[in-house]
Amino acid sequence: MTDRIVIIGNGMAGTRLASELSARGGDRKVTAFGTEPHRAYNRIMLSTLLAGAIGEPDVQLAEAAGHGIDLHTGVCVTAIDREDRAVRTDRGDRVHYDHLVLATGSRAVVPPLTGLTGGELPARVVPFRTLDDCRRILAVADRARRVLVLGGGLLGLEAARGLAGRGLEVTVVHPVPYLMERQLDPTAAAVLARTLADLGVTTQLAVPATAVLADSHGVRLELADGRSFDADLLVLACGVRPDTALATAANLAVGRGVLVDDQLRTSDRRISAIGDCAQHGDTLTGLVAPAWAQARVLAQVLSGADPSARYRPRPAVTRLKTAGIDLAAMGDPGDGPGEELTFTDPASGTYARLRINHERLTAAILVGDNPSVGTVIQLFDRGQPVPSDRRSLLLGRALGTGPAEPATTPALMPAAATVCHCNNVDKGTLVESWRRGARTVDEVVAATRAGTGCGSCRDAVAGITDWLSTVESVEVER
Amino acid sequence: MTLREADGEVAVLPRWFPTNQGGLCQKGWTAAELLDHPDRLTTALLRDPASGELRPASWDAALDRIVTGIRTVQANHGRDAVAVFGGGGLTNEKAYALGKFARVVLRTRHIDYNGRFCMSSAAAAGMRAFGVDRGLPFPLADLGTADTLLLVGANPAETMPPLVRWLTEQRRRGGRLIVVDPRVTATARQADLHLQPLPGTDLAVANALLHIALAEGFVDHSYVAGRTTGFDEVRRAVAEWWPARAEALSGVSVADLETTARALGGARRAIILTARGAEQHAKGVDTVTGYVNLALALGLPGRPGSGYGCLTGQGNGQGGREHGQKADQLPGYRRIDNLADREHVAAIWGVPAEEIPGPGVPAYRLLDSLGTPDGPKALLVFGSNPVVSAPRAARIEGRLRDLDLLVVVDFLRSETAALADVVLPTAQWAEEDGTMTNLEGRVLRRRALRTPPPGVRTDLELLAALATALEQGPGRPAGRDRGPALSPEPAVVFEELRAASAGGLADYAGISWERIDAQEGVFWPCPELDRPDTPRLFADRFSTPDGRARFHAVQHRPAAEQVCATYPLHFTTGRVLAQYQSGTQTRRVPALRRAAPAAFIELHPDVADRLGVADGEPVRVRSRRGELIAPARLSSAIRPDTVFAPFHWGGIARANTVTNDAVDPISGMPEFKICAVRVEKVAAT
Repeated sequence: MTDRIVIIGNGMAGTRLASELSARGGDRKVTAFGTEPHRAYNRIMLSTLLAGAIGEPDVQLAEAAGHGIDLHTGVCVTAIDREDRAVRTDRGDRVHYDHLVLATGSRAVVPPLTGLTGGELPARVVPFRTLDDCRRILAVADRARRVLVLGGGLLGLEAARGLAGRGLEVTVVHPVPYLMERQLDPTAAAVLARTLADLGVTTQLAVPATAVLADSHGVRLELADGRSFDADLLVLACGVRPDTALATAANLAVGRGVLVDDQLRTSDRRISAIGDCAQHGDTLTGLVAPAWAQARVLAQVLSGADPSARYRPRPAVTRLKTAGIDLAAMGDPGDGPGEELTFTDPASGTYARLRINHERLTAAILVGDNPSVGTVIQLFDRGQPVPSDRRSLLLGRALGTGPAEPATTPALMPAAATVCHCNNVDKGTLVESWRRGARTVDEVVAATRAGTGCGSCRDAVAGITDWLSTVESVEVER
Repeated sequence: MTLREADGEVAVLPRWFPTNQGGLCQKGWTAAELLDHPDRLTTALLRDPASGELRPASWDAALDRIVTGIRTVQANHGRDAVAVFGGGGLTNEKAYALGKFARVVLRTRHIDYNGRFCMSSAAAAGMRAFGVDRGLPFPLADLGTADTLLLVGANPAETMPPLVRWLTEQRRRGGRLIVVDPRVTATARQADLHLQPLPGTDLAVANALLHIALAEGFVDHSYVAGRTTGFDEVRRAVAEWWPARAEALSGVSVADLETTARALGGARRAIILTARGAEQHAKGVDTVTGYVNLALALGLPGRPGSGYGCLTGQGNGQGGREHGQKADQLPGYRRIDNLADREHVAAIWGVPAEEIPGPGVPAYRLLDSLGTPDGPKALLVFGSNPVVSAPRAARIEGRLRDLDLLVVVDFLRSETAALADVVLPTAQWAEEDGTMTNLEGRVLRRRALRTPPPGVRTDLELLAALATALEQGPGRPAGRDRGPALSPEPAVVFEELRAASAGGLADYAGISWERIDAQEGVFWPCPELDRPDTPRLFADRFSTPDGRARFHAVQHRPAAEQVCATYPLHFTTGRVLAQYQSGTQTRRVPALRRAAPAAFIELHPDVADRLGVADGEPVRVRSRRGELIAPARLSSAIRPDTVFAPFHWGGIARANTVTNDAVDPISGMPEFKICAVRVEKVAAT
């Protein structure tokens, strides 16, 4: 049992940990510090906020509250004193801990371009990372016409799509020959680029930017091939870097992120790290799902609910779903052993490539309208065997389960075929009622009860009655 | 339906009625076949101590045994050592009389009923959101005019076929039908869109739908501001459920979630209905609440032609939960822990309010405590067959065997009756008068066609006889002269029910049998005879103290039992078209037996392939609680990670041997719809 827990960070990971601890009850004090002044919000929804469909209250998250929870927003932790087991804040406070959790997240990378190296960014150049970034982007976007997005990864494309959704003319500049190169293959990326073009987002690929010129009227991005683009706003989406400053200053073991073990412990057993700032094995997470999984494991350990809980990373799924774009990517789509399934429909902008090894999905890229996307993601996430009918992985659930095709003529229906399920009436029984003198639909219904339940076989009963009236003698198979 | 008797044969005739439009399924058509069935009980049965067999006995001997048994148990262990278990098929009069019998005659707090396994999660969710629980707060016919209809965990094409006429009507008018079900059911096949989530993830789907509705501007903010409270917490709760997260959990694609949210949000008239698939979970109340939240955020409840409702599962599932056979309730949906409610009912019953016992415990807890040191030692069962219908049924069967006295009132020898010390033969539906309240909250009449066969008494008659026997004779403390506690006459009981319910949520004061006959049923609340009834609730206000509906923030949580390497498949249960509930009745009707002769295990061909099982071969489904054996039925209509079995059969084919007894913390609803199992091939013998 740990009495005093201090959490540095009130982002997706830190908030989650506070909630998880609060849900587990117990008599402990949890103090959380968030640098940003706002209440906790859902970073995933920021691109929707950019699109203008929702307002700031819609991105707020529920915060842990009540007994033992002490949340300070707009307060920056400036140092960790491991000897004394305390943190110092920019308000001059000193807060002691029995256990400290780093959930400091990551910071947007500002590329070292001419014009961006002087500390403060120009007003028309904004990274896309925080709620304040969003506010700055929206403040400029309100009076803007043209927007440049530097970076064609997931975040850059989300920003581009959101801003295009406001009616802005958006150009994405990406140094690599194809978009989202970490998740996609060139074919998928080409399909995506075409889809984006239809949505008003143009892409400039395989060309690095070299310089930014910005003043109060506009911004110009110069490219290595000599071209330059003018715009009202430049959004930087050049990746993120774990915020490890406090950990480094406190002499914790830091690689690209703060190094943690399976129990999310750093090199100091009284300090843990979760979320974007943590490095587990070789992996920086950068996504919400693993951050929340880490929060759950750490809450189990710290609350004593399961002191031996271990974080087991699950393979990540990248998902981009906005109006007009539907993309899912998981695993390494390179050429490994096993089978490959592909489906391409360039006209509709649909592409699917799945890799299967030992009856399990090892990777998948789905772009466009793939009705099986939910199934594919779930099979991958849970590591379950793929269906023996592989087509269902590409074409979706409809296979073999749709409504039965009505027989073209009742003559071809077997006598034992059930016509009315509610009352268990087969074709033979209907024919028999005809032989016994029923001549209208109502008479057939009265004699057999077909169609008296849900009524949905009424047309079929009518069709069979019609057919019976056109054939002279009826051979009934029994 | 109408009945006609000619030459001693009772024939069923369909009757046009606004609810079913004259539709009957095979169960309705054949319902009269049980009236003169050879298995029908027409004499009381007493267990013979020497042979251990149930032997025919006189009513006097049977009542004597019961009275002696109850007195002995209560003398040795206190009043609460006798418990009563009712059913959602009993008429309103019987449900009322049973509650009164327990509280006034037995003076035990232990009464509950099988509706706890059926409607309790929807009831609790409706109560906390709207301040009242009426399955449908609008007539069923409203389904026919909905632009969008969302059915969550409902399969009316098999469980309530006449209702499908409204779905057909709805789609004929160009409406969209969307069905959420882990199986491609007969209902799902008729849908424009079928969402096939992993069992146990309906709540995540609900929260994601509300997330999308918010993100796409479908939330009716003026309705939320004017008619509800608590939305901010819900908005923050669903902010966690961006659609891709729900997709990975449920397997329902973001595109389908978006299509659903838009179809609901963009509709002029939209209706959301839940049924057992969403409700029979240890998070059933929260799951229903998720869909209620969605309906409220879209401004549906109270808007003409729109709203939220739940589909009732038993004949009198609605009325059965309003008049006092629920552990925490008194007639008229009054609360047993509310002083004013107790005083009102005490005055009708002619007892001091403090004499009415406090709340008992929900059905599963009650059943699971039977025969234990702190639990009841005697149980009286009316209209229920828990040996087949209770979760973790082998354990409950053992509890029933541990009782000092088990009395079962039934007209057939159910699996539960087979364990009884005393079985009392009771009348069937065509032999008694009374009222039922259907899924719309519409009170209907049941009219006796004929008198019960010799040797058979109605439930009301035997309750009155038992009450008289228990109130008289030696060994009773000398007390007030109360007069007869219970009337055997349903018309008299109904008059008392009217008075007891007056002023309550389910107010029947203005309902008379004559009025029901004169109009096509009467919708409660109906406080006065000469004022209109209430087909539609919530037009102006909700039944909460401040008239506003309440949002409650709810979060998905995993099923009580997770799949693992040993039990890798999800198991879910349900009904088939030609059978009903524990099958006591329908398994005895030849036509229904032909249509659905035996239990089966529905599994995906891929699963069967891995097991080396062919269609029709017996398989064993095993959970941590026990096993079930039935023939495999291969179907690609089920997810490959899930197997299904109907719960209508007992013995080795009893699905509830396998189910989980984890219960919802609010409603006490057991988790019938998901547990972890493994499936094995049964070696040929």
